[in-house]
Amino acid sequence: MAVTGTQVSPQTYLRSLSRWHPIEIIFWLSTLLPFWLFPTYLSLASQISVAALFALSLDLILGYAGIVSLGHAAFFGIGAYSAGLFSKFVWGEPFSGLIVGAAAAALLGFASSFIIARFRHLTLIMITLGLGLLLAEAANSASWLTGGSDGLQGVAIWPLFGIFKFDIYGTTSYAYSLAVLFVIFLMARRLIHSSFGLALRGIRENFVRMPAIGAPSREHIRKIYTIAAAMAGIAGAVIAQTTQTVSLETLDFQRSADVLVMLVLGGAGRLYGGLVGAAIFLIARDQLSGIAPQFWYFWIGILLVAVVMFLPNGILGGLSALLARWRTR
Amino acid sequence: MTPDVFTSKDAIALATHGLTKSFGQLVVARDIELSLPVGARYALIGPNGAGKTTLINLMTGMLAPNAGRIFLGDEDITTLEPQNRVRRGLARTFQINTLFAGLNPLEAVTLAVCERRGIAAKFWQNIAVHKEAIEEAYSILVKLKLGDCAYQPTRELPYGRQRLLEIALALATRPKVLLLDEPAAGVPQEESGDIFEVVAGLSDDLTLLFIEHDMHVVFRFATHIIVLVGGAIFTQGTPAEIAADPGVREVYLGTRKHD
Repeated sequence: MAVTGTQVSPQTYLRSLSRWHPIEIIFWLSTLLPFWLFPTYLSLASQISVAALFALSLDLILGYAGIVSLGHAAFFGIGAYSAGLFSKFVWGEPFSGLIVGAAAAALLGFASSFIIARFRHLTLIMITLGLGLLLAEAANSASWLTGGSDGLQGVAIWPLFGIFKFDIYGTTSYAYSLAVLFVIFLMARRLIHSSFGLALRGIRENFVRMPAIGAPSREHIRKIYTIAAAMAGIAGAVIAQTTQTVSLETLDFQRSADVLVMLVLGGAGRLYGGLVGAAIFLIARDQLSGIAPQFWYFWIGILLVAVVMFLPNGILGGLSALLARWRTR
Repeated sequence: MTPDVFTSKDAIALATHGLTKSFGQLVVARDIELSLPVGARYALIGPNGAGKTTLINLMTGMLAPNAGRIFLGDEDITTLEPQNRVRRGLARTFQINTLFAGLNPLEAVTLAVCERRGIAAKFWQNIAVHKEAIEEAYSILVKLKLGDCAYQPTRELPYGRQRLLEIALALATRPKVLLLDEPAAGVPQEESGDIFEVVAGLSDDLTLLFIEHDMHVVFRFATHIIVLVGGAIFTQGTPAEIAADPGVREVYLGTRKHD
């Protein structure tokens, strides 16, 4: 909760900015509800957790550092493929697969960050888009390794802790993906409330001023880009492990576009935006495609246009503005 | 760079040699020779378009010169990136507010202090852990009379306060040389004195160069004046010398209303 007066010390004030809000606790408790309320929707809930994690990783670069990417699926896909291949050929234990997925994506992220950090705006969007397409096509042509358009088959994941099997009911899948999401979320939350998080907001708020306060913006961008890539890689690894297959769609441009839509719908730069956006997007897809499978993007399109026109800070931004107005009454 | 370069009174804090910059046919800086002694209070004056801001951009590395060299103390900084010049003690403010609109003054200045202390990249610790950095930031704000609005978003601050925050951000880098680009630009005349009182109150070790149009302010605060015309140094000297220079009156003072 923000303290507005100057009666508290600056240190206490800054600490208060990272205090847990009751709504946050309610939010996380409610993520447990599907286990009891919607037991038949656990695999959807699991997909939402993965998408939420993916959107969260995009939020760190887009919402905090202001780096627009249309190729973020590259890291999701590389995480998925490397975790899938690792479990197929080396070792099926799930947590080691996560680490492999994160490491592979981080490596790719770090390598490409040297290009990313040099550009901004449209150039940057085109570069991320190009790199994403490049990787998708590479995975397609390396079908001896990736299985090409048939997808990677034979991903064998061992039971979680040697006990809980990833079965068709999705209980293990959801528990696992939710736990991973929560742990990574805690790390992201710590990050944005750190001095580094402040530097990222500085980059977003005024890129020109940063060098004038002695800040190495490019170094910061390289670092956050690598971290976000690792997070996206973990999201990809989770999808590979819980669905026990990896398809080319994990690298698809559509996935990069979808995650951007989720984040913008929910509200970028607010940590929970990607989470809420992912839930809205995937629940809408699930419900709407039941009615008319071909047309469901039509409704997403309308929703997206409406949100960016009337709620420039996304659905969460709109809600918090509403809350603030209600409070001052 | 030896530290005593910046403490001995007759040492040179900042110097340029043959600094030249042109955009195509347009020469915006022509063979600029400057040397600012430690602790000096220099004013840079000249008609609009004389290249005053360009000179600051060249010295801080936001523009690359076509020719010439820039020295901070003994060190040649001509090819250093802007942030690395700041880290060595060359800071600036902007004529048009260049602030972090969504951060509050405490966050913005704390960020600058963290960058200087080399702890800004620590992403695993809560910002509140860095007590000393936060307190240093707050003390800078208090010194610039921004203590009571430290927690207010920058975009909501009155304009005059934002001008002071410009200076606060520069001070957070602990500069040895501070270049102020019209610190009171856009501030009503009765308030601009307050800003220059703050500037005048800065440490004696700090070397200052400021661009200013108001001649009262210039003659009151500067120990030395540089007159820039058409990208070249027209003349320079003490306020008394400049005031007596008929050439300056003609090209500059004479063209402005001045009472």
